[in-house]
Amino acid sequence: MIALPGDMRVRLVTALILVVAISQLQTIPVAATVLAAAVTVAVMSGIGGKAWLRMLHVETFMILLFVTLPFTVPGRAVLTIGPFDASAEGFTRAAVIACKVSASVLTIVVFLGSVEAMRLGAALHSLRVPEPIVRLFVLTVRYLSVIGGEARRLQEAMRARAFRPGSNRHTWRSYGNLVGMLLVRALDRAQRVEEAMLCRGFSGRFPWQKPPRLSRSEMGFMALATTAAVLITAADRL
Amino acid sequence: MSDPISLSDVTVERDGAAVLRDISFALGASERLAIVGPNGAGKTTLLRTIAGLERAKAGRVTLFGKDCGSEADFRMARPRIGFLFQDSDDQLFCPTVAEDVAFGPLNTGCTSEEAFARASEVLGTLGIDHLGDRIIHKLSGGEKRLVCLAGLLAMRPDVLLLDEPTNGVDTENGARLRDRLRAFGGAMILVSHDDGFVADMANRALVLEGGGLRAAEIHEHPHMHSHAHVHTLPEGA
Repeated sequence: MIALPGDMRVRLVTALILVVAISQLQTIPVAATVLAAAVTVAVMSGIGGKAWLRMLHVETFMILLFVTLPFTVPGRAVLTIGPFDASAEGFTRAAVIACKVSASVLTIVVFLGSVEAMRLGAALHSLRVPEPIVRLFVLTVRYLSVIGGEARRLQEAMRARAFRPGSNRHTWRSYGNLVGMLLVRALDRAQRVEEAMLCRGFSGRFPWQKPPRLSRSEMGFMALATTAAVLITAADRL
Repeated sequence: MSDPISLSDVTVERDGAAVLRDISFALGASERLAIVGPNGAGKTTLLRTIAGLERAKAGRVTLFGKDCGSEADFRMARPRIGFLFQDSDDQLFCPTVAEDVAFGPLNTGCTSEEAFARASEVLGTLGIDHLGDRIIHKLSGGEKRLVCLAGLLAMRPDVLLLDEPTNGVDTENGARLRDRLRAFGGAMILVSHDDGFVADMANRALVLEGGGLRAAEIHEHPHMHSHAHVHTLPEGA
C-alpha cells in the first residue's frame, strides 16, 4: 500500500501534470509502460472494486476505437473485410490511444476517485480557479443529489399511478411535464438557498478559508510527479 | 430598550391579493411567541417579511428600534435574526457540517479560527459535535435540522424565527432541539403545527387566519387519553 498526500491541491495538480504528460505520448512502448505503471500504482494504492468496474466502462468505449480507427487511418493494409481495408497504422493509433486513456483515467481514479467532489471546491479556489466557476461547481455537486431525489420521487409517484413508459405521445408529454416540474422546483430552490444565505449575512463574497501551507513532503511529491512527467515525455520523443 | 421586532399595520401582497392585512404586533426581548394557523394562512410570509425577504406593501417593520424599508436596512439587522427555513436543504449548502455552521460567522467578519471555534462550540451545545466533518447531504433529516439551527446559533442572534422546527425530526434529535431552544436566552417566534412543541416552548400565542392576527392563549387541560402503540413482541411470541 502507498499513501498519497491528503492535500487536495497537491492531488489535483499532480493528477493534472501526469494526465497532460500522458495525453501527449505518441509511441506504443512508452504508452504501454505508462499504463503498466498506472495499473501497478492503482493496485498498490488499493482502489476499490467499484473503481475497477468504472474502468470497464472506459474500456468498452475503447473497443469503438479498435473498430473504427483501422478503417479510417490510411496506411499498410493488414486486413480486408469486403471493400474495407484495415491499416496497421490504424491499429497502432488505436492501441496508443487506448493505453493513454486507460492510464489517464487510472491516474485520476487513484488521485481523485476516493475524494468527495464537494471537498474539491476549496482546493480549486486556492488554485486560483475563478470564483464563479468554483461556486457553480460546489453548488451543483451539493444540489445534484437533492434534485436527483426529487426526480426519483416524482418518477416513483408516476409509477405508483400505473405509469408505464412507452414510445407514445402520453409518455413524451409526461416526461416533458416531469422535466418542466424539476426545472421549476430547481429554480424555486435556488431562490430559497440564496435567501437563506442572505439571512446569514451573505453579501456576495464567499468567505473561503485560507488554505494551509504546503509541507516539504507535499512539495517533494509534486516534484517527483513532474520529474516522472518529464521523463516519460523525453522517452517518448527521443 | 426597544422591542427587537415590531410590526405596525403591515400589509403584504402577492399577485395583487393581500396575503397579510394590517398586521400589528411587537415581540419583547425574551418573549417566545407561537404563531399558529391553518396551511396557507401566511405564517411563512410573515416570517419572511420580518427578515426582509418579502417587502411590505404598507405599514412599518421595525427591527431593534430601527425602521427597515430597504435591503440595506434589513442587511444590517439580519445577523441578529436567525431564520430557520422550513426545508433544511435550502439552508445547508456547504460541503461539510463545520463549514456550514461557520458560514454565518465568516460573513459577519469573524476570522477563520474564530468562526470554526464557534462552530464546534455550538455543535457541542447541541450534542452533535461528532457530526463536524460529515458531508451534509449524507445526514438524516433530524441531523440536518440540528445543523441548520447550529448555523443560526453560531451567529449569536438576539431573535430566532423558526419555521416548522420539528419537521422531520425524530424523538432523539427532537429532544436535543428542545433542550437547546429552551436554553436560548433571546426572543423567539415559532411557527409550528406540533401542538406539544408549541405548548412546551411558547409563552404567548397568536392565531393567523384570513390574513389577520388574533390573540390566543396556550392552555393545558387533561384529556381522556387513549391511543395506539407499537411495541416489539417478546422473543418466541
